[in-house]
Amino acid sequence: MRVLVISQISKRYGNAPALAPTDLQVPGGETLVLIGPSGCGKSTLLRLITGLIQPDSGTITFEGTELSPDNILQIRQRMGYVIQEGGLFPHLTVRDNVTVMARYLRRDAIWIDSRLTELAQLVRLPQEMMNRFPAELSGGQRQRVSLMRALMLDPDLLLLDEPLGALDPMIRYELQQELKTIFAQLGKTVVMVTHDIAEAAFFGQNLVLMRDGHIVQTGPFKELAQTPAEPFVEQFITAQREPMAQLVEALK
Amino acid sequence: MTVKRMIAMLLLGFCALLTYPVLSTEAPKRITLGSKGFTESVILGEMLRQLAQQTGAEAQHQRQLGGTSVLWNALLSGEIDAYPEYTGTLLQEILVKENLQTEAELRQALAKHGLRMTAPLGFNNTYAIGIKTELAEQLKLRTISDLKNHPELVLGFGNEFMDRGDGWPGLQQRYQLPQQNVRGLDHDLAYRGIASGSLQVTDLYSTDAEIAYYKLLALEDDLNYFPVYNAVILYRADLAQQSPEVVAMFNRLVGRIDAPTMSRMNAQVKLNGEPESAVAAGFLKRTLNLEVGYRVKTAWQRFWQHTGEHLVLVGISLSAAILLAIPLGILAARRERLGHIVLGAASILQTIPSLALFVFMIPILGIGGPPAIVALFLYSLLPIIRNTHAGLKDIPHAIVESAQALGLPSRARLRIVELPLATRAILAGIKTSAVINVGTATLAALIGAGGYGQPILTGIRLDNTSLILQGAIPAAALALLVQGLFELIERGLLPRGLRIQTSDVKSAS
Repeated sequence: MRVLVISQISKRYGNAPALAPTDLQVPGGETLVLIGPSGCGKSTLLRLITGLIQPDSGTITFEGTELSPDNILQIRQRMGYVIQEGGLFPHLTVRDNVTVMARYLRRDAIWIDSRLTELAQLVRLPQEMMNRFPAELSGGQRQRVSLMRALMLDPDLLLLDEPLGALDPMIRYELQQELKTIFAQLGKTVVMVTHDIAEAAFFGQNLVLMRDGHIVQTGPFKELAQTPAEPFVEQFITAQREPMAQLVEALK
Repeated sequence: MTVKRMIAMLLLGFCALLTYPVLSTEAPKRITLGSKGFTESVILGEMLRQLAQQTGAEAQHQRQLGGTSVLWNALLSGEIDAYPEYTGTLLQEILVKENLQTEAELRQALAKHGLRMTAPLGFNNTYAIGIKTELAEQLKLRTISDLKNHPELVLGFGNEFMDRGDGWPGLQQRYQLPQQNVRGLDHDLAYRGIASGSLQVTDLYSTDAEIAYYKLLALEDDLNYFPVYNAVILYRADLAQQSPEVVAMFNRLVGRIDAPTMSRMNAQVKLNGEPESAVAAGFLKRTLNLEVGYRVKTAWQRFWQHTGEHLVLVGISLSAAILLAIPLGILAARRERLGHIVLGAASILQTIPSLALFVFMIPILGIGGPPAIVALFLYSLLPIIRNTHAGLKDIPHAIVESAQALGLPSRARLRIVELPLATRAILAGIKTSAVINVGTATLAALIGAGGYGQPILTGIRLDNTSLILQGAIPAAALALLVQGLFELIERGLLPRGLRIQTSDVKSAS
């Protein structure tokens, strides 16, 4: 089943095209990674899916319903969204950050509490941290809370915009491992944006490589590496692999 | 949440408490007298109040309302029923365009405005041009024409005299006076300027007590520039119909106050520091054999009265401003173009000088509390609107988008996320408004709204520094108190998560 069907969607900012008319389909349960250099349109595509920006043309269909300004608020409850810095509300505790939407929807308090406990265990945050404020957390802890908030209403689709981009390498590595386990455990459809090819290869069954508002090639990492659709694909992969190769060489 | 609710309840209760006395004083119909901003007028106004009370009517006296135009307009609109005026002022200033010559013509013109006047009370309080006797002898000055030979003299006139048709502009033209250094200041302060030597020539009211006190010489008006300023009582024609007995009482003053008597009464108040009501009552006892009950309020009674009035002015105007300005600030933040208009309009309001804004309100709302409250309300808007707007605009984009991405509707985002994050900025705006409001409210006394401005005005009039401080110190204290109150509210309202962040930033820097 296709959870997300994007057809002929496009977006300009003023006179600058951010995204050329684009088609993309995301099958249920898969982790799809949007990758490409800065300004390639990957974040624009993700923000179009959440309805934070409106497309100039084309349609997005989520679980059979076409997105429109009228239904976007309901549909967002079935999408979890995590951004780079977490976007946590500084004036609310971890508990309140995670449960804010559930409380707004007047979900049962007992259900909220048990869901919170369950998610804290999932992202491995100790219970006593639930009463802390974002300013009292480390960067990695903040991203865990942000993930809890995104998962609170058990969404069908998880959207992640450079979720690990602001973390230092050690924590980033640790969280990558954990995130992959969590995705596998939950079996959710995930769309993730990153500019890091290694991270993309690590997470994604399928990669979507973008450049200048166009999709250049779609497929598993292996396919991109072995049969690049155009020279740019090879360049993009090599550019990030080259320093790594030198490192591997030096360690021999 | 409960703390917030408690503070909200407290605030509401506070506002309700402040509104109460205003609403309760509206009911009974009473006779209102007015007086101008100088002592003689206040004494006469007090006399009128006591006379009206003799008939059993309820009477109040709006002391020391700004200048002639404030009183004239208040009389026309029925805000006051009567006030002491001078024929010269009516002929040469208020009705100068009608070019009236005789008293009969004047009465006719007044009748067209629905007004009447009594016959003269007996003294002519004309303008005169005064100089220290010592200096006059030194420079051999005797007449106003003699001033022509001394262009180096510094002239200082009462603000009203500076602009009046029968004041400085006409005088300069008639006598062709060459002096360039001419300034306008408060009439009572001009005497102090003369005493200190910073001024040499000023306008005198011929019954002023200071003429003798400061040993001043009134220069002879050798070209007969100044008209006769016979004191009369100006009243509304409908007062004569509704309360003829009150007008009859007023008429008992006709021809009974001669110039030396008036000068003496002025001196009793200004030089001996006796209360106006006591001086007025003493006169009525001596001359008309009327036993007038008067009550001089103690300093504490006056203090509490002024405090009450000031709190009402500030409380209502500030509460209303908060209630309107926060939504306007939100609107300005949400809709860019509308925001420009709202902020622009509020900025323009702020540039109107406060005294002018008070006077602009008189034709619409009369004198007293309501116009002052509206003017103060308008003044309090801008800082709150601007800070609400800035506070909302300063919220990081990522946080606003995160709230959107959760699926929270616009109103819920505002309530749950944006307003709490803008709390500090909004409260800072309210604090600024409150301090401006408390200070500006002291000017409200000029249009009869009372408050701490009243002792300041009276103190300036009577050259009494301790009286000025009785208004100035409580006004400053109130400003600090209000500021402290909002700091306490901030402590209750500001989310704990935000306070942690600031302390972190502080310790990091």
